[in-house]
Amino acid sequence: MAVATLEENVVYRRPQSLTDTPTHYCPGCTHGIAHRLVAEVLDELGVRERTIGVSPVGCAVFAYKYFNVDNVVAAHGRAPAMATGIKRVMPDRVVFTYQGDGDLAAIGLAEIVHAATRGENFTTIFINNAIYGMTGGQMAPTSLPGQHTSSSPGGRDVEMAGFPVKMAELIAGMAGAAYVARRSLHSVKEINRAKKAIRAAFEVQLNGLGFAMVELLSSCPTNWHMTPPEALEWIERAMIPAFPLGDYKVIEPVQAFLKR
Amino acid sequence: MAKGRIEINEAHCKGCTLCLNACPQHVIVMATDTVNALGYYPARLVDPDGKCTGCAICAVACPDVCITVYRQVPARQAAAAS
Amino acid sequence: MAVELLKGNVALAEAAIRAGVEAYFGYPITPQTELLEHMAQRMPELGRVFVQAESEVAAINMVYGAACTGVRAMTSSSSPGISLMQEGFSYIACSEVPCVVVDVMRGGPGLGNILPSQGDYYQVTHSAGHGDYHPIVLAPASVQEAIDLMGLAFDLADQYRHLVFLIADGLIGQMMEPAELPPMRPLRKVKGDWALTGADGRDPRFITSLQLGAQEMEAVNLRLQAKLETIRQNEQRWTEYLTDDAQLVVVGFGSAGRIAQTAVQQARRDGLKVGLFRPITLWPFPDKRLSALADQVSAFLVVEMNAGQMVSDVRLAAGGQVPVKFYGRTGGVVPVPEEIYDAIRATYQKLSQRSTRE
Repeated sequence: MAVATLEENVVYRRPQSLTDTPTHYCPGCTHGIAHRLVAEVLDELGVRERTIGVSPVGCAVFAYKYFNVDNVVAAHGRAPAMATGIKRVMPDRVVFTYQGDGDLAAIGLAEIVHAATRGENFTTIFINNAIYGMTGGQMAPTSLPGQHTSSSPGGRDVEMAGFPVKMAELIAGMAGAAYVARRSLHSVKEINRAKKAIRAAFEVQLNGLGFAMVELLSSCPTNWHMTPPEALEWIERAMIPAFPLGDYKVIEPVQAFLKR
Repeated sequence: MAKGRIEINEAHCKGCTLCLNACPQHVIVMATDTVNALGYYPARLVDPDGKCTGCAICAVACPDVCITVYRQVPARQAAAAS
Repeated sequence: MAVELLKGNVALAEAAIRAGVEAYFGYPITPQTELLEHMAQRMPELGRVFVQAESEVAAINMVYGAACTGVRAMTSSSSPGISLMQEGFSYIACSEVPCVVVDVMRGGPGLGNILPSQGDYYQVTHSAGHGDYHPIVLAPASVQEAIDLMGLAFDLADQYRHLVFLIADGLIGQMMEPAELPPMRPLRKVKGDWALTGADGRDPRFITSLQLGAQEMEAVNLRLQAKLETIRQNEQRWTEYLTDDAQLVVVGFGSAGRIAQTAVQQARRDGLKVGLFRPITLWPFPDKRLSALADQVSAFLVVEMNAGQMVSDVRLAAGGQVPVKFYGRTGGVVPVPEEIYDAIRATYQKLSQRSTRE
């Protein structure tokens, strides 16, 4: 049969805002997807060269190796304080923090709440996987009641350890927050919706509208002791009822970005 | 003739199977005969019937950005271009 | 510029502004709050950055962030707040980002009180945080000296890409003295080649204090230690008073040194051969000169507003050659010249007894 010489278009390739470095994340960990979505958005908005990222302490401590932008590694929980310092002195740069649930919802709770209430004009990507990944699977503020972790071996007991923290709801209550959304990375359909939310969150910054945060329900197959596909199913089955998806705060000027 | 095809970076694939699960045409399988340097069985396109449409759903599902997706230019577009 | 009556905290703030500080982040804590309040007024007037952070922890991390972009950034606090900032100090020192911190020391330990002390000496000179490093520590004894050292603090921070402390006891922060402020320096336009400004037409840079491999972390440490050695060789600062023929030299920093000077004057009027050695850099400690003085004197008397902290460094510098005595007050008590005079007299008498016995 004749060799086809039809033309091809590249429909998908690696975004510029990611380096070529292979990641250390576990197989199936949705950090990789979140990184990719942020990188795609930075590419589409054409802001890679004026972006400064702030990495957390957590599995994503090495995010500086993967994002092709200037980056600093913050102390645990303090990324929003560092981002405040950076954005205040360089308001024309695009500044984002990328944080996990220990970093943002435990030790860093004061920093993220105050960044939101001050309306700091940077963007936060919050990875909620209901567990502490880097340190080997301890309970997180976002762990679900009954969830087995290495520091709640009998399952999270709400009498002893209280209930999960709902960050999107909490931050949405801050007057300085312009856009707060919760999305999920458990299916291709939801990943595509998540990307739109991430893009809107960066557009909030580019338009000087205040603080924006996107909470992304994410998986941790290793510490949940599941296969990657099982982990995605657990997000849908168990996490979404506890952390409903949606737009929790959308100020009027942001409506326009979302409609696009 | 397949409308689309994918190239998987086998060296960086972690064998997580999310692409296999996501593919609507079921043309991705996990290798059984090769292990990459990381110790994983990489994913592979196996598309004897040319079912890949270049939809890129696999690339969206891949956490390691291992997949490059190509899609044929439709004939009338190619004709218009030339 | 004109001599005016200035409160120490206000003078420190305005001196930093004249030195070109572009960003101040802080939290109220007595006895330094006037510094923050002055910044709250002046920085927005000048189009510079001021944020009252939600805590000292947040403040030092805001400083770290701003300083990463190459601007002059600072914070100020007092003893308990400095304790909160320690993690931040360690990160800043390890990643070699320049910044300036003012510590206006209060009574401690614990919540303590709001009265003056020198109780943070060990804390700030040893490392002010975990790990192997020493910040440069400057200690003024007057409002004018505080103003002068503030400009030096920023210059040293930039020159060495290092953390610099300016520590004052609460007395200096709160008192008002005639002093002269320097003229306003223009803000710098050129940033270091390490600064995060956006990877526009260049490869991305990153700033981190994480080094997982032992060899890599040791290499970082060796580099820091080499830098500290250079600082030790070149930046020791002190002042002396009547030491040429002194048998006993009183050693004190900050307000303790200043009050001791009055006692030394009184002792000299009474015929005692006493002098004063006042360190201005607490790190690097001026041990070169102090060791040389140990050859000449019969004893040192260290006077501090703490339970005995700098006395250790004096003992090390003296190398066991001469006795090193200590007189101190804690809890926010400020010693008066008379009590230091009594300590000088008592120490001096023992020296005479020793020499008549020999």
